[in-house]
Amino acid sequence: MGDALLKVENLCVQRPGAEVLRNVDLKVERAEVHALLGLNGSGKTSLALALMGAEGYKPREGRILFDGEEITDLSVTERARLGLTLAWQSPAGFEGLPVADYLALGMEEPTRERIEDALEAVALSPRAYLGRAVNSGLSGGERKRIELAAVYAMRPKLAILDEPDSGIDVLSIEDIVSLIHHMADEGTSVLLITHRDEMTRVAERASLMCAGSVITTGTPDEVREYFAQRCRPHGNLLGSQPWGEEAGGTYQRVVEEGVCDE
Amino acid sequence: MMEAYEKAGGRPDVLQAQRVASAVISANEVLAVSEVEGVTIEAEEQEHGVRARITVAPGKKIEHPVHLCFGMTAEEGLQEIDSEFEIGEGAEVGFLAHCTFPNAVQLKHVMDAKIHVGPGATMRYSEAHYHGPEGGIEVLPTTRAVVDEGGRLETEFNLTKGRVGRMAIDFEADLAGCAVAELVAKAYGSGDDDIRVEEAVRLNGEGARGLTKTRVAVRDQARSEIYTTAEGNAPGAVGHMDCTEIVRGRAEARNVPIVVVRDDQARVTHEAAIGSVGKQELETLMARGLTEEEAVDVIIRGMLRG
Repeated sequence: MGDALLKVENLCVQRPGAEVLRNVDLKVERAEVHALLGLNGSGKTSLALALMGAEGYKPREGRILFDGEEITDLSVTERARLGLTLAWQSPAGFEGLPVADYLALGMEEPTRERIEDALEAVALSPRAYLGRAVNSGLSGGERKRIELAAVYAMRPKLAILDEPDSGIDVLSIEDIVSLIHHMADEGTSVLLITHRDEMTRVAERASLMCAGSVITTGTPDEVREYFAQRCRPHGNLLGSQPWGEEAGGTYQRVVEEGVCDE
Repeated sequence: MMEAYEKAGGRPDVLQAQRVASAVISANEVLAVSEVEGVTIEAEEQEHGVRARITVAPGKKIEHPVHLCFGMTAEEGLQEIDSEFEIGEGAEVGFLAHCTFPNAVQLKHVMDAKIHVGPGATMRYSEAHYHGPEGGIEVLPTTRAVVDEGGRLETEFNLTKGRVGRMAIDFEADLAGCAVAELVAKAYGSGDDDIRVEEAVRLNGEGARGLTKTRVAVRDQARSEIYTTAEGNAPGAVGHMDCTEIVRGRAEARNVPIVVVRDDQARVTHEAAIGSVGKQELETLMARGLTEEEAVDVIIRGMLRG
């Protein structure tokens, strides 16, 4: 591995009532697609928001290095201008803002051709979508694709994609996979948050999060194997509230120790 | 005056087109009137303004919108416009009105309009204002509208360029059976601008439908007060009030929706969102490289355009 594009060291983030990130270490290499896996509530989205510098996710400890520069205290805008961006899991709506204008916002030199190219990259027809507003008139899936198109149009150094496959029909997963390949081919690194096996195929490496920590990193197969062999008790316990004595305190240990092997 | 008209978004070349009905009024002078088949415009000069009556013949579908230009280029003064719109049964017409006061320092513009949309007729009225950079103007438009059975009235008021000054919109509409009214008002206040919108839609006939949509952004010390009333007075009447106000700096915004239902088969709803720009909207645009100020501006401009 060379000089990593993104390096996260001992990152801890405290939110009201909970420590959502605990001693996170993570590296994403240049032009790498890196999957971030983990159960609901394990801290994937929190990590994405902390990396982007979102309000309320300021680290209590640790640091974030991006392209050789420490960005821990930079604003969202400053991080974006260095080449880091995020596609939110549930993208926001923008009343009255045409899709064409929205896509152009992140481009250094927007042209009609590049805007159309971005829409085509997410399998949306420019003719049908350019004039539409990025608002509630779009379905969840359409909005999601437009968000991916906006990220693609920006040509960032690192794109964090938070569950780009959620709300997308199964037949269209290939479109998303193809887009991610395309981004990587053009030199964009992707930190891909997903729950779908077929999405992890696109990744070269994967990290598994549990209770706010990254507990292992390897190839997607290695991480899946780790999860299957060692994380089952935690998976079984999730949702079986309240956490009683019969759970043997396992969940508590996961939370406290940040490991889920049983 | 034409330069001022352009600043409000008007197109002077359209006023000269023969297929377009139009009227140009500066202070209390009628500078030009043009009619087309089916559209009659009577304009009479008064001491401080003009009295105008616009009639659209029954059954006539007017191909191009009627262009209206009201304004004053002086810094001070009073303009009073008394207008009457009579849209005949089954007629269909659009109006594009531009009200321009580019040099206003101490001006007052009073508009008193009466609208009658006949049975099955459609009237679309869009009015854009430009008040210049000083904000030294009072704009007081009052409208009383009656929409007959199956008629349709759509209005849009837009004051999003330059300063507002003091503006108080007072609009009431009475709807008969299956009539439709959509009232849209958009304004962007800054400095010490004062925006007040009072709208009432009375759904008196069976199956009448009404919508009020208000989009206001205020910054600096500007104030905005939106009072909307929808009355469901007949079976199947459906009304909705939708208000979004964005507040920046030390500005203040207020929305008071009043819902009145007098029939157990009528339904009236309202939604309001007042406050700062949403955090995720803001951060999404910042994640594309915009500064916070640029992001807020994009969001406000979009809202006022939508």
